[in-house]
Amino acid sequence: MQKRAKVKLVLEDGSIFHGFSFGAEKSAAGEVVFNTGMVGYPESMTDPSYKGQILVLTYPLIGNYGVPKDEKEDGLLKYFESDKIQAQALIVSDYSKEHNHWNASRSLSDWMKEFDVPGIYGIDTRELTKKLREKGTMLGKVVYDDNDIELEDPNKRNLVSEVSIKEPITYNKEGDKRIVLVDCGAKNNIIRSLVKRNCCVIRVPWDYDFHSLEFDGVLVSNGPGDPKMCKETINNIKRCIEKDIPTFGICLGNQLLALAAGADTYKLKYGHRSQNQPCVEVGTKKCYITSQNHGFAADTKTLPDEWEPWFVNLNDDTNEGIRHKTKPFFSIQFHPEHFPGPVDTNFLFDKFIGVIR
Amino acid sequence: MADKIYFYPVNAFFVEKIIKKEKPDGVLLAFGGQTALNAGVELEKKGILEKYNVKVLGTQVETIENTEDRDLFKKKLTEISLKTPKSMSVSSVEESISAAKKLGYPVMVRIAYALGGLGSGVCYSEEELTDRGRKAFSFAPQILVEEYLEGWKEVEYEVVRDSYNNCITVCNMENFDPMGIHTGESIVVAPSQTLTNSEYHKLRDISIRLIRHLGIVGECNVQFALDSKSEDYRIIEVNARLSRSSALASKATGYPLAFIAAKLALGYSLTELQNQITKKTMACFEPALDYIVVKIPRWDLQKFRRVKKEIGTEMKSVGEIMAIGRKFEEVLQKAIRMLNIGMNGITVNDISLNNLENELKNPTDQRVFAVAEAIKKGFSIEKIYELSKIDKWFLYKIKNIVETEEQVKSYKPDTIPKDLVLEAKQNGFSDVQVAKLLDTDELSIRSLRKDMGILPSVKQIDTLAGEFPAKTNYLYLTYNGSEDDVRFKQEKQVVVLGGGAYRIGSSVEFDWCCVNTVIALREMGHSTIMINYNPETVSTDYDTCDKLYFDELTYERVTDIYEKENPLGIIISVGGQIPNNLAMRFHDTNIKVLGTSPVSIDNAEDRHKFSKLLDELGIEQPEWKELTNIEEAKQFANKAGYPMLIRPSYVLSGAAMSVVFNEHDMEEFLLKASEVNKEHPVVISKFIMGAKEIEVDAVANKGEILVYAISEHVENAGVHSGDATMALPPQKTYHETIRKIKRIAREVAEHLKITGPFNIQFLAKENRVKVIECNLRASRSFPFVSKVFKTNFIELATKAIMGERVEKVDKSHFELDYVGVKAPQFSFSRLKGADPTLSVEMASTGEVACIGNDVREAFLLSLLSVGFKVPKKSILLSTGPIEDKAYLLKSVKKLKEIGYKLYATKGTADFLKENDVDTEVLYWPLEEKKPNVVDSIKDGKIDMVVNIPKSFEKEELTNDYLIRRAAVDFDVPLLTNLQNTRLLINALSEKKLEEIEVKSWDEFV
Repeated sequence: MQKRAKVKLVLEDGSIFHGFSFGAEKSAAGEVVFNTGMVGYPESMTDPSYKGQILVLTYPLIGNYGVPKDEKEDGLLKYFESDKIQAQALIVSDYSKEHNHWNASRSLSDWMKEFDVPGIYGIDTRELTKKLREKGTMLGKVVYDDNDIELEDPNKRNLVSEVSIKEPITYNKEGDKRIVLVDCGAKNNIIRSLVKRNCCVIRVPWDYDFHSLEFDGVLVSNGPGDPKMCKETINNIKRCIEKDIPTFGICLGNQLLALAAGADTYKLKYGHRSQNQPCVEVGTKKCYITSQNHGFAADTKTLPDEWEPWFVNLNDDTNEGIRHKTKPFFSIQFHPEHFPGPVDTNFLFDKFIGVIR
Repeated sequence: MADKIYFYPVNAFFVEKIIKKEKPDGVLLAFGGQTALNAGVELEKKGILEKYNVKVLGTQVETIENTEDRDLFKKKLTEISLKTPKSMSVSSVEESISAAKKLGYPVMVRIAYALGGLGSGVCYSEEELTDRGRKAFSFAPQILVEEYLEGWKEVEYEVVRDSYNNCITVCNMENFDPMGIHTGESIVVAPSQTLTNSEYHKLRDISIRLIRHLGIVGECNVQFALDSKSEDYRIIEVNARLSRSSALASKATGYPLAFIAAKLALGYSLTELQNQITKKTMACFEPALDYIVVKIPRWDLQKFRRVKKEIGTEMKSVGEIMAIGRKFEEVLQKAIRMLNIGMNGITVNDISLNNLENELKNPTDQRVFAVAEAIKKGFSIEKIYELSKIDKWFLYKIKNIVETEEQVKSYKPDTIPKDLVLEAKQNGFSDVQVAKLLDTDELSIRSLRKDMGILPSVKQIDTLAGEFPAKTNYLYLTYNGSEDDVRFKQEKQVVVLGGGAYRIGSSVEFDWCCVNTVIALREMGHSTIMINYNPETVSTDYDTCDKLYFDELTYERVTDIYEKENPLGIIISVGGQIPNNLAMRFHDTNIKVLGTSPVSIDNAEDRHKFSKLLDELGIEQPEWKELTNIEEAKQFANKAGYPMLIRPSYVLSGAAMSVVFNEHDMEEFLLKASEVNKEHPVVISKFIMGAKEIEVDAVANKGEILVYAISEHVENAGVHSGDATMALPPQKTYHETIRKIKRIAREVAEHLKITGPFNIQFLAKENRVKVIECNLRASRSFPFVSKVFKTNFIELATKAIMGERVEKVDKSHFELDYVGVKAPQFSFSRLKGADPTLSVEMASTGEVACIGNDVREAFLLSLLSVGFKVPKKSILLSTGPIEDKAYLLKSVKKLKEIGYKLYATKGTADFLKENDVDTEVLYWPLEEKKPNVVDSIKDGKIDMVVNIPKSFEKEELTNDYLIRRAAVDFDVPLLTNLQNTRLLINALSEKKLEEIEVKSWDEFV
């Protein structure tokens, strides 16, 4: 029997899950959340929205196809959603030490070591998930070999400022439409989706005053944490509304547009993190299977009169998108850029580009 | 269930009659497999649906044709730039050869409208292509020659679309065996394990674009080939109907595909339908699994003489099982045990594989074991991959199992550490496997691990990976967990053990018994627990019972569940032989068996004890003896007289049972096919020629019979009861015989104090009745007799088992004005090389039953139901030994009278000529003269073949075998049994299909 280093997950309610270590050999603290997607761990783990979070994957067999190589395309890592692993730690049931895939360049464990991110396997992730479902998202810590650390609530920090870029970057300068992408922790595939549609993407920091720039529309990205932390972004979006600038929000961007419109947001008990969330376009029987990753939501009841819900979650009736009744401001709570997840709502990028002049 | 049921062949001819009578508004075509689909397409093409104003609900016929016709299919796909294998559709052998030249060998041959890939296969040379092509064109007007994608992954998606254009993929599945092995023959996992997000969603997106473009409403299955070295893909096939894969996907995910597809066909939207598991969320979503399932096909190739053992592009398996767990190692080992083929898992088996390299490269049903053996022998993963093309990820996992085995082996029961026992259990090792490795017994390991606190956890399948609570109890056990999902405090619980995999000898009949037991128990106010693992069954629908444990039917697993649930007891008498075999072990470990006592079961199962009982009761049985060497066997046979029926307990190859006619044959069989020694005795019994076989199915309460049914076999003894055609009520059995049978059944029931179902098989000749077998459990024919009598035998049995008061069923009830006939379905056309004859070893893979006004009508209907085609013009007769020729003479004359042209082989022709019947003589296949029988069959000159074998059981290349095989390969109806043939000819000469009036089940009184 091989020696396996012991490591445990401790939750704020005192429960302890014992498992074995993979990835970096260290302790880490954060907010414990679960994701029910069955594929896409390299994409999820590099999604900046997981900043500060300990990610539990409910699919038990993880690491099977390793991790792809660091190839770049248009200045972005081709196979990842940002430049590094964003999650604090990874919790799985059965880690596959041996992997096999034509596109893999290393194992998941080695990749996590590169980014100093610890992992635990051998835990009953279903039991853990049920606990998070019943008690709501909790703080927790991975404790490696009795190196105890303090619990830490990432939502008290401005996580967006931690993951956003510091200086603007422009992609596809020759593109025929100029889109400002407000980077609150934007996933690479939002940029790829716009570039593919021949847009010039001006990616700006979350608090950047972009109104001085020349552009045709604004896309407010996804990102981690409580939207109310992003006061500067909300103010910038308010000015877009005043100036009738076409504005599209994704995920955190949906919550920020809601706040800018005058509505409220709140924290969900345990959030939506999966690739199978059904979202119905309000007033139709059309339903889309969407990829999601959020812990906060817009409160539909608080929307001002000139705004309306656009999409609603078929499972729990929470808001999945809002739009202005007459003007080109709209946003969605799910991820049309997918990666990971179904590609069904990718057409929304076309819709956005369609309303720009 | 349905308001009206018709027991008639599912073909356009009879469906039209029913439509004409019932005038339905709509018809569903996608739920009855390829048979229903083909009938539907024909009804539409003939304008019958239009004529009677019947609307096709769900996917329309035009769409079905676009998926079934290879050319149209390719065209539709090209319209939206989707890729299919490079291929050419041809309609002659010559065209197929020139197509193959363009594509380059090897090529894949496929046939349109084919059930289970019938006739498809890989051809490496022009010779192989010519041979396959000729056979294929006898089934189909068009075949497809295409590029062969060796080593590509095979992946399937189950896709659902509603009439509002909402689409979801319910499940994807990946084959462990790469391209080249039919998905029905492959080990399959769900969800896919080696696909990245990009690959998974690329294929998902293509599936959805495809289903939208085709316009399917309901469910369909899309099969892909995916390159293992890039994201290149090909769409192999679309099934625009519910399929075997959809059943598997439903069980794998908890998403009830057929239920939803039916709703969608009626016009509902996916957003309006509830998720049946959570009862809170909706059906418009894609299940997230937090477990892995594996499906393994169950083959029974050893049951067939001469059959080719290699698996490939055609289906040969007869059933399948599914295992659920949280590690691949765990599910694989569970799954192998579920097959019930005597294997303890992927390892720790008595198995010897001769040529591992060949086995890996040219797989048979043993390949998965060869992988483990190769790892043990030191083959590198790379080498195994090169030979087998099985993705290395799967191979690494099997290696983990082998490594655990090595570690466990190095300990003793008192030294093995807890962590290693846990690791072994997590990697799917059973207590039996661990015990064998530690050289101890199962129960010692059981108590060892329990003392260590190593117990499995019960987990729930909830479709959402724990995101929402589940309202249903769809459960499995795993050692990769630390908490039970459910609480165990339910009272009045009863466990029902299911039948396991469909295989030859045990099929949907036992599932019917299990389901009806559960229904009866629920009506009596009991809470029901079902344990079974066959994804094709109703008993494994999570809403059939209160709790479904989709898990193993081993002593270990059932006991684990019993100890957690603490039920009133276990019913083992409705799931066939697997649960029945556990009786004494439960008895010995104080696990409560409900109904007939395990001691009585043992008295009936143990040949010596049962024989002694019969002797005490003065009931006759064929002379028999259990012997441990060949000399004794010869002596016994000489004394009792040939022919003899031989049953070795250890079989080396071929069939387990055989009838021998002389000493030479017996010696040959015992030396070649089996091993005879002290550990492996052989049972030899007197085989009675020309006897009738009769069965009684009955239910008793504390030894008193409550209800019984006596059915007779159409065929004389010598045909396995599972392959026999059964008539109920009996048509040709003497009253005296029936009286004797009743008396024997009563005495046996009384002496064994039977409470519950039982079945006895008899031989009868000239009013002498002998008992050949007795099972104290429901038999294969319980659903048949229940349906013909319209009396649910299982419901009565369940009441008796639970100690409820049950009235005896009045005997006048059995004076029926109609006859039920149950007929076997054979699959010889798919079992290449198999000799299509009836013998003491069962070979049929299914059955049908029809009801008619008399036995001839019911018999003809049942034959048509298993695919028999009424011959148009010409019949070939080759009618065996002289007494058989004489037996059929009158019938043959009738054939002549009703205008058939008769061909015959030499001897038969001579005999008939002497008796004033003219026939055209055809030469035997081995004579190499023209006109020859096989050529005439190939050329389509013959519409039906009657070939009565001259003797039983000869396993050599004979003229008769070649004739039978040609009939099967070229889809010409074949009859090989005397009594069967006579009944058919009588039916043909008397009944015109046009004149048969269709009646629903309730109209037969």
